[in-house]
Amino acid sequence: MAPNSDLVVQTKQLSKIFRVGFWGKRVTAVDGLNLEVRPGEVFGFLGPNGAGKTTTLKMLMGLIYPTSGQARLFGRDLGGTETKARLGFLPESPYFYDYLTSREFLGFYGHLFGLWGAVLDKRVDELLELVGMTHAKDLQLRKFSKGMLQRVGIAQALINDPELVVLDEPMSGLDPIGRKEVRDLILRLKESGKTVLFSSHILHDAEVLCDRVAMILKGRLVACGRVADLLDRGVNHQVELIVDRLTSEGLDHLRPLADRVVMQGDRMLVVLKSQQQVQGALEIIRAAKASLVSLNPQKGSLEDLFIREVGGHRSPSEHRA
Amino acid sequence: MKILSIALNTFRENLRDKLLYNLLVFALLMIGSSILLMRLTLGEFHRLILDVGLGSINFFGVLIAIFVGIGLVNKEIEKKTIYTIVSKPVARYQFLLGKYLGLTITLLVNTVVMALGLLVVLHAQAVPVEGMFFKALALIFVEFMVITAIALLFSTFTSATLSAIFTLAMYVIGHLTADLQAFGAKMDSLSRGVLDGIYYLLPNLERFNLKGHVVHHLEVSGADLMLIVAYGVTYTAAILFSASLIFHRRDFR
Repeated sequence: MAPNSDLVVQTKQLSKIFRVGFWGKRVTAVDGLNLEVRPGEVFGFLGPNGAGKTTTLKMLMGLIYPTSGQARLFGRDLGGTETKARLGFLPESPYFYDYLTSREFLGFYGHLFGLWGAVLDKRVDELLELVGMTHAKDLQLRKFSKGMLQRVGIAQALINDPELVVLDEPMSGLDPIGRKEVRDLILRLKESGKTVLFSSHILHDAEVLCDRVAMILKGRLVACGRVADLLDRGVNHQVELIVDRLTSEGLDHLRPLADRVVMQGDRMLVVLKSQQQVQGALEIIRAAKASLVSLNPQKGSLEDLFIREVGGHRSPSEHRA
Repeated sequence: MKILSIALNTFRENLRDKLLYNLLVFALLMIGSSILLMRLTLGEFHRLILDVGLGSINFFGVLIAIFVGIGLVNKEIEKKTIYTIVSKPVARYQFLLGKYLGLTITLLVNTVVMALGLLVVLHAQAVPVEGMFFKALALIFVEFMVITAIALLFSTFTSATLSAIFTLAMYVIGHLTADLQAFGAKMDSLSRGVLDGIYYLLPNLERFNLKGHVVHHLEVSGADLMLIVAYGVTYTAAILFSASLIFHRRDFR
């Protein structure tokens, strides 16, 4: 792999095979993954549970070793302390040293980056302020709710003012307010020029936040690109029309263009197969002297794409299940 | 500096662990109870107090070394706290040494507290304290260092329960290795070779036992003492080195 120092994350044919059970059965968790994350972007790493997201992130963080393939951060090999000094990482469902208070907790991580004394105190205060935890600075972590733990978890990931922030399922298990706070925080990180790589199976968050996303399934990359491009690609943009007083003759003309027609008294909902049908449908409506109440293009969502991709990769037996 | 930070955090973790205080209270009770035992014995009470006292310090220290030691790394992996440490600019061996050093500091503080307890009892019963008493304490502490390293080694590749069983087994065998060698001396050359090999591979923990010397007023020269300490430190270093090698290759799943 030609190292590209302009890329923050670069993987080439990255694979991980675990050996499980007494007989060491081989289980492929990540299979020939090629990823590129550019500086300053928010990159969403998506996939269902067990797709290999966490395994990939753990490889990038030096927690597990790849079986084959290559991975680089900032154009350098993984695992070096210089590279790690530029990283921030929040693991999935993090457990922390619950006998520590928030201050002690962040102080400890600060020490690992060589921060001490007044500089560290200032940084800890800033971070507690940033994640809205100043009120709980002297409370032991064992008394924290999940949302509070997630917030101090994010604070520890930012203690070294990292260039790349890697968050594993940062929104999972949080209530709607907590999720919004994490979303806002990610956007703030982006504004301050940081690169954010986060994994999620909550697609709405990714759609709102990400510049680009990668979707993986059973360890393999199934889609990667800008959110808008992925949504356009292959998604059949349907259009919903609501029409008043359409004659039965008009309806007969309209039916071939429609995917679905739902009658509600005089009013009907017509779902057109694609945007190409709009012009024809409008002419039919005009000719039948019916009135058009509304016209709504239906946007595809990552969820549709996701379901299609997952559905396409499942075996018939899995469909039945 | 990173090793020290991890060590201090481990020390703090130990200080906030109830298990430690339970063991410490038991140890102090045991030391105190030697006064009661003394009332049941005719004569020889000085020996009894010293023997029970030093034995208690040794026994409870080993319990702490094993049961806190096996959790040092395992707990970090099980609770996934290690994820946030290894992803920071900390080498894996630094993490391991930090954890080890942290528990060693805990054991040092514990040994001092237990020894002070014993000294109070000795003083109250007007038992004379000789230099050998402190030499014996020093070697008890060196034994703790060796046991902690062994517990740490096992916990880098196996579960907490198995680590505890293995470390306890090593502790027991470690006090019997001299017998192993003596046994081998009576056998054919192949068996002798194998038993000698095991004798040199396993720690000879009896070397650190000077309780008999204290009780019977026997002396150990400074040079011999230094040699035993050097043996303990070298053995510990070798175990920690092996643990680092295993830990370096490990996947944190």
